Amino acid sequence: MSYLNPGLPVPVAAPDGLDAPYWEAAARDVLMLQFCNDCGTYQWGPEWVCHRCHSENVTFKEIEPRGRIYSYERVWHPVHPALNEQGPYLIVLVEFPNYDGARMVGNLLGDPEQDVVIGSEVEAVFEHHPDSDPPHTLVNWQVV
Amino acid sequence: MSRTIRGKVAVVGLGETQYYKRGQSPDAEFKLALKAIISACKDAGISPKKVDGFASFSNDRSDPSRLAAALGCDDLRFANMQWGGGGGGGSGAIANAAAAIATGMAECVIVFRALAQGQFGRFGQGPRSNTTSGAGAYTVPYGLMSPAQSFAMKVNRFMHDHGVKQEALRAISLASYHHAQNNPRAVMHGRPLDEVKYDESRWIVEPFHLFDCCLENDGAAAMLLVPAERAKDFPHKPTYILSALSGSHYRAGASAHNTPDYATSTFKTTVPRLYEMAELGPNDVQVAQVYENFTGGVLMSIVEHGFCEPDGCNEFFTKENLIAPDGKLPTNTSGGNLAECYMHGLGLNIEAVRQLRGESTNQVNGVDVSLVASGPMVTPVSSSIFGSEATL
Repeated sequence: MSYLNPGLPVPVAAPDGLDAPYWEAAARDVLMLQFCNDCGTYQWGPEWVCHRCHSENVTFKEIEPRGRIYSYERVWHPVHPALNEQGPYLIVLVEFPNYDGARMVGNLLGDPEQDVVIGSEVEAVFEHHPDSDPPHTLVNWQVV
Repeated sequence: MSRTIRGKVAVVGLGETQYYKRGQSPDAEFKLALKAIISACKDAGISPKKVDGFASFSNDRSDPSRLAAALGCDDLRFANMQWGGGGGGGSGAIANAAAAIATGMAECVIVFRALAQGQFGRFGQGPRSNTTSGAGAYTVPYGLMSPAQSFAMKVNRFMHDHGVKQEALRAISLASYHHAQNNPRAVMHGRPLDEVKYDESRWIVEPFHLFDCCLENDGAAAMLLVPAERAKDFPHKPTYILSALSGSHYRAGASAHNTPDYATSTFKTTVPRLYEMAELGPNDVQVAQVYENFTGGVLMSIVEHGFCEPDGCNEFFTKENLIAPDGKLPTNTSGGNLAECYMHGLGLNIEAVRQLRGESTNQVNGVDVSLVASGPMVTPVSSSIFGSEATL
């Protein structure tokens, strides 16, 4: 069951390999952020060095797949043909207060016309697309 | 202060093509660029052959070397591109051109922007590829892929933090459409907007109705800059650059919406430097052109340029406060990107100079200081302040 109609561009790991571990983990229902092994800072999106201490010793580390809604938007106008019959949908920006305030974008499951409250706690829901080309996993959110 | 461009550079020529709904230009994009440049030179009364520099922004496709060849420029001395997308470079390109002139690298520089979206595809549509990677992979598969969708998320948070009502956004749109009705060049001339029409217009992405979003147009605009000491050799009332610069705050470009200071138009760090260079403050500004990709960006820009407190938006943002000639801050007096033409904001800089010349179709009385804010919510953003001879 996918939240959005099929046909949007499929996420793939960056050709330079920077974020491959994130996507591989998502396929196993594991949420990861990039983590600096030298100074302990989490960051997102990933980069080749730690923005705080400039160490190259950055890896990906599993986090608790919960956060809170930092902002949101309800989209009505389709800007891609795959969404022409979609109707309104919700996008949330989820913040992870326990992980240096890193944030991720995803869809908020449930009624697209629901009232969304900034600050609400949400948990990740992994949406697998094994039959897409290439196979991929999206990380969506639902209110706890 | 010697390390400044204040008062060192004058704007002596303004040029615009006719403005068209997107895809309707009969001319190719490069021809539009040439027409606007030739028009700016004609306005200044000089031959385009004397242009020795070109500055643009947002990856403009009209290459300066081809322009110089097409125009037969005698001596190309400056070819400059301001990095960053959207309209964030509108004033930045002016800053770069002015810096080149102030430091003696060039004498006669064109700042320009040309767009033919029929020829080259639209801004307001998502990508058509089968896959997405890098920063796009964190947003596009969730249906977050257009500029409106990228920025509504910031505006929603700002409105939440400061209790801003939809009517504040509406006032910005109403003011632009009001001004466009007096501007025969405006694409929305003859198509007025009122509260009911706004309220009943469809949502694009909340909190943006259709009328909160900029147009998409074909056309070109150009400005001609020379050293200030030459300003009086040209036919129009001299106008000077008091300040122009660009920038953005700490990690403004962090991908997947991770900039720590999120709900901002990106002007918080640039504005203090803007006013310091201009040697004046927001109370001295008589008219403002504030880039409208979306009305929410205008609102935050006006706050961050010091005209209104964040918690005072519902009182400040009324149509009456925003319209010429007597509003508290007449804003987007040509109709701007919402109702005149979306020329990536260079048209806003032209209108700012027109206000100083006394030639606007919505003229504010006795303007000596005229401000432009370019490209809110992107990175880098930029601003410019133009002044009359009295401000030097």
